[in-house]
Amino acid sequence: MAATVLYRDQVSEIAQASAEGEHLWVPVADLERASGWQLKPEGACKGKACVPVPRDRSWLRGEQFDLAAFARHLGEPVVHDDEGRVWLFAEPADVKRSRLQSGEAPDFALPDLDGRLHRLSDYRGKKVLLYAWASW
Amino acid sequence: MPVWQAIYEELRAQNFVVISVAFDSAGAAAARAAIKADGPPPEMAPVLKNLMGWDDEVWSRAGRPTYPCLIDEQHIVAELYDMVNVPTAVWIDERGQIVRPPESGGSTDSFRKMDPATFSLPEDAATAARKARSVYLNALRDWVKNGERSRYAYKREEAIRRTRMPTDGAAMASAWFRLGKHFHEKGDLAGAQKYLKKAVALRPESWNFRRQTSVLADPALTGQLNSQPDFFAAVAALGDRHYYEPIDMEGMPKP
Repeated sequence: MAATVLYRDQVSEIAQASAEGEHLWVPVADLERASGWQLKPEGACKGKACVPVPRDRSWLRGEQFDLAAFARHLGEPVVHDDEGRVWLFAEPADVKRSRLQSGEAPDFALPDLDGRLHRLSDYRGKKVLLYAWASW
Repeated sequence: MPVWQAIYEELRAQNFVVISVAFDSAGAAAARAAIKADGPPPEMAPVLKNLMGWDDEVWSRAGRPTYPCLIDEQHIVAELYDMVNVPTAVWIDERGQIVRPPESGGSTDSFRKMDPATFSLPEDAATAARKARSVYLNALRDWVKNGERSRYAYKREEAIRRTRMPTDGAAMASAWFRLGKHFHEKGDLAGAQKYLKKAVALRPESWNFRRQTSVLADPALTGQLNSQPDFFAAVAALGDRHYYEPIDMEGMPKP
């Protein structure tokens, strides 16, 4: 069964994914495309970070990897639609907290009304009043 | 908001900028429509001036903003800064450090005393609202002028201590919100509502989730929510709890 995987800003269609309850089995070959993580002998790795696979190897089933169990292990909020066809993996709360604990204003990039992208960090060197509002 | 254009014009020469971020999942069109080229409609002048504490000088400068007006369809700024309502403002210094964490940008709960039929405010509530605005704006002027010597700018440790940290539940609610937004983008409005409402249920204190969810269900409500009986009822249901947490600032009128 195919699944749409929304992993942070990465969106991918995984044709051979299999959703079972709160588990999402993804072919090992598609893992990096879906999430940026790669399975290596030392564990699931992204850049320099490697997370060892648990001793009972419960994240693995043949050539499939349980992306949902892995993500929950990392503290990521994992949600999916009722049919298990769309899965979303978000940033862990502790990562959000440690960013704010630094005292630095979290950076972001957003378009203006004409579609031009602005980064908060483009305005370093100025005092900024960041003002959130909405049309509703 | 005309007041920010007026403040921007007044203070920009002192190395100051306003960056507004619109939490609008319906995209730029909704926000653009809300930013009227010539400011709010004249018939709203008495109500807005009274409620927002804008004097004639500020009102006369109402117009299309020249500072950056950014559109945040995914509410990513709300997520990064753990914001649950609008307007919410943050002061960020030249080095990118937060010197006043998210708080209401001068708005208070005075509006709760408004008559839902006539939108008129009792005089004492209107006076308190005007006072809160002017205390906030004067504090902002003081910080822009004096920087870290301003009594309104918190030192790093204090700013961090005053910053609300996102909980695990808040992060989960944001994930549901994003899933709902994904279904909305796909044109599946029923699916969108199902998952957006999970975000609302997990984080009922987020007016951003609640209000965005209702306008996505019924786009005709855009810009109209504040005058809906449902909104007045939801705010009344807060009882003794605040809609806007009071701003902790010397000279602020007591809520």
